[in-house]
Amino acid sequence: MAEHGLHAVTALGGAAPRMAEIGPISITERFDVALGSVATRRGRAADVVRGASDAGLPLPPPGKAEFGGQWSAFWVAPEMWFVEAPFASHEDIAAHLRTIFGDAASVTEQTDAWVRFDLSAPDLHPLFARLCNVDLPVAPVGFATRTVIDHLGCYLIKRAADQVTLYGPRSSAQSLWHAIDVAARSVI
Amino acid sequence: MIINHPILGPRDAQEFVYLGDASLMNRPDTMTAGIEAFHDWLYTRDNPAGLHRELWYHEQGDRSWLVVTRNTLTHEITQVELARDVALALRRSK
Repeated sequence: MAEHGLHAVTALGGAAPRMAEIGPISITERFDVALGSVATRRGRAADVVRGASDAGLPLPPPGKAEFGGQWSAFWVAPEMWFVEAPFASHEDIAAHLRTIFGDAASVTEQTDAWVRFDLSAPDLHPLFARLCNVDLPVAPVGFATRTVIDHLGCYLIKRAADQVTLYGPRSSAQSLWHAIDVAARSVI
Repeated sequence: MIINHPILGPRDAQEFVYLGDASLMNRPDTMTAGIEAFHDWLYTRDNPAGLHRELWYHEQGDRSWLVVTRNTLTHEITQVELARDVALALRRSK
């Protein structure tokens, strides 16, 4: 391969992912996760379920996320999921998914369309009460939904009682970081 | 206003986009139905004071199209269906 002087930058433009500790709240940019979408083609639901089960890939019901060893997934629309896998082993996640589902599902690469922030704090509820309309205290662990944060359409996944993952539009990564940063400073 | 999404439960109306009268789903075949029928479909609308069936799109949600039955006098929502189910039922009844 030809030599070049290019090097990868994260969604926020840094050479390494950004992290911040604001009081008890920690915000971490993640760039080690590959993301792809899987949408069932008409009449192929059984084939998609079979392929996913053979590959150990979860297909959670509406409003849910499921976390596995290699594959995790969250529901985004009827018969459509976003699938996560480690970037190091699944950089070309769409090719992996096409191998699993063949022509039973439509697959798209999503990794570089989104920025992922992981938030954790003993109590994230005051922060999210300011950020979006999701009622986090009543949402069970494994809850996943699309929501709006500062006019940006985001996916929110409650990974644990004290951990939330946000996926926001990558081209607005700085704006989303700013929104979280401002809200976090206002609740500590 | 809260729309009770058939899959996701109650969601704030701000997450949705209003897309007009649900009769827009019944586009006549322009090759066979004639220009008058197409003109009526495109331009003429009822403006009922009462129950109205309308299309809403869950843009900041699961991107589904819904048929919402709303009372235009009270904003009470009496029925919410997936537009896909409504369209499939229409096709079956033809």
